[in-house]
Amino acid sequence: MNNIILSIKNLTVKYGTTVALKNISMEIAQNRITALIGPSGCGKSTLLRSLNRMNDLIEGASVSGQVLYRGEDIYAPSVDPVAVRLQIGMVFQKPNPFPKSIFENVAFGPKINGYRGDLGSLVKQSLQGAGLWEEVKDRLHDNAYALSGGQQQRLCIARALALQPEVLLLDEPCSALDPIATLRIEELIQELKEQLTIVIVTHNMQQASRIADYTAFFLSGELVEYGETEKVFTAPVDKRTEDYITGRFG
Amino acid sequence: MNRQVDSATLSGGKLMNRQEEMFTPRLKSRQLRNAIFKWIFFGANVVGLLALVLLLGDVVRDSWGWLDWDFITSFPSRFPEKAGIKAALFGTIWLMVITALVAIPVGVATAVFLEEYARKNRFYAAIQTNISNLAGVPSIVYGILGLTIFVRWMMLGRSILAGGLTMALLILPIIIVAAQESLRSIPNSWRHASLALGATRWQTIRYVVLPASLPGILTGVILALSRAIGETAPLIPVGALTFIMTVPKDFMDPFTVLPIQIYNWTSRPQDEFRCIAAAGIIVLLIVLLSMNATAIFLRNKYQKKVVE
Ligand SMILES: Nc1ncnc2c1ncn2[C@@H]1O[C@H](COP(=O)(O)OP(=O)(O)OP(=O)(O)O)[C@@H](O)[C@H]1O
Ligand SMILES: [Mg+2]
Repeated sequence: MNNIILSIKNLTVKYGTTVALKNISMEIAQNRITALIGPSGCGKSTLLRSLNRMNDLIEGASVSGQVLYRGEDIYAPSVDPVAVRLQIGMVFQKPNPFPKSIFENVAFGPKINGYRGDLGSLVKQSLQGAGLWEEVKDRLHDNAYALSGGQQQRLCIARALALQPEVLLLDEPCSALDPIATLRIEELIQELKEQLTIVIVTHNMQQASRIADYTAFFLSGELVEYGETEKVFTAPVDKRTEDYITGRFG
Repeated sequence: MNRQVDSATLSGGKLMNRQEEMFTPRLKSRQLRNAIFKWIFFGANVVGLLALVLLLGDVVRDSWGWLDWDFITSFPSRFPEKAGIKAALFGTIWLMVITALVAIPVGVATAVFLEEYARKNRFYAAIQTNISNLAGVPSIVYGILGLTIFVRWMMLGRSILAGGLTMALLILPIIIVAAQESLRSIPNSWRHASLALGATRWQTIRYVVLPASLPGILTGVILALSRAIGETAPLIPVGALTFIMTVPKDFMDPFTVLPIQIYNWTSRPQDEFRCIAAAGIIVLLIVLLSMNATAIFLRNKYQKKVVE
């Protein structure tokens, strides 16, 4: 593996008394795409949320272990979760634009974080980055909910990109989209890895094998297999991985 | 392949064979019930409307000829033809302003704390139950509370400030509950989106949650102020007067309000006083409606901004 940007050490996450993640240890490579796969309820979203402290917002969730971001534990008492989220952005499973204009959606993060440059050009650049600019440039001040589902999701990506994050966490970003919109987002993700690190949850095996450099397979809260995508898909070490990938369960 | 389906099956309400074995739709009786309920609901509407029209008609007829500029700019008098509503009108306006200035910020802030910051534990449940119960406490109890706290203990005397604070207490639970409802209707996904963009909780509340919930909060405010403007009971213990020849000039002045003045007039023996009471009711309605119109105007303005 090349440079490690996130290193997860003995991470256990519980919701009340149910254990959602059991003692996970893995490392995320910089400027690479890492896919998290596994059957529903195995803890993929939980892992993603514990990488930028979004689990803090869920009442009853408790985290033990460490997540080192560039060597620093993001769960250390001295760390401000807002600073973590500023550098590790997130796009959710369902598109969730604010009930504001397209422009205001993208400008939101920069504004509240005191952006000093020209907001207009940052918004343009972010929308271009998310491949949405051409479609919305004439109606930047329309409400975001006037966009289609796929456009809304790209808007959410643009909104996250506007903060120039180091890491982008994507939780099944294509689950609400048609094949063409999905393909566009996949292309986009591959372009983005030049600038940042991507961790993506997906239920789509083809998608994982198409875009991911590394793939991690989870099963009921445990990390079963983790390695280069090629290897995981063509020569899995664990029988359970093979069963899942070939569609024998899950 | 494409067999023409017999069109009579649809208009006759008949079923194809396979369905006929499985279902008894009884469409006729279901649609009949649908129609019956529609008329019941419509009838309920008519009852309400009719009562309102009769009431308004009666008031307008009684007040005919009495409601003029003199009536609005005169102080009360023993002689019906000289009596006016100036003191009560100004008293009500002062009272509403004080009540709104106190109850809206405190109520909304309480709701924000309960919904956005407080953990949903037993302490929260206890407070929640209490607030809901407070909304049902008889208003005279607030009057006695106001007498004890504001008039005596804080030594505000029988002033319009004491009256306004008492009234603010009365409508606080209504505003809190309405604002809470409105905040709860904001999807969590918006909060999460904001926090994931590096916003603090306060920024999330200020720039995402409050703007989106403002229309609902304003609706609650309208309801609460409408309740306050018609209340008399809580103001009597805190010393609203029935006969007063001045308008309030500052917070410590004595006062009266429209409903008290109206009540006072209706209890006089002379017939003419019944007519000026009716005129007073019209004035009260106008104040109430213009207050609500302002709130509705604000709400629509914001709603447009949200869904634009
Ligand atoms: N807020 C919560 N409160 C309680 N339990 C939760 C919560 N969120 C998730 N869980 C539980 O934790 C486990 C892992 O959930 P998680 O959402 O991480 O799964 P997932 O792999 O993302 O599933 P999916 O593919 O369906 O999105 C599940 O058993 C789930 O029921
Ligand atoms: Mg999930």
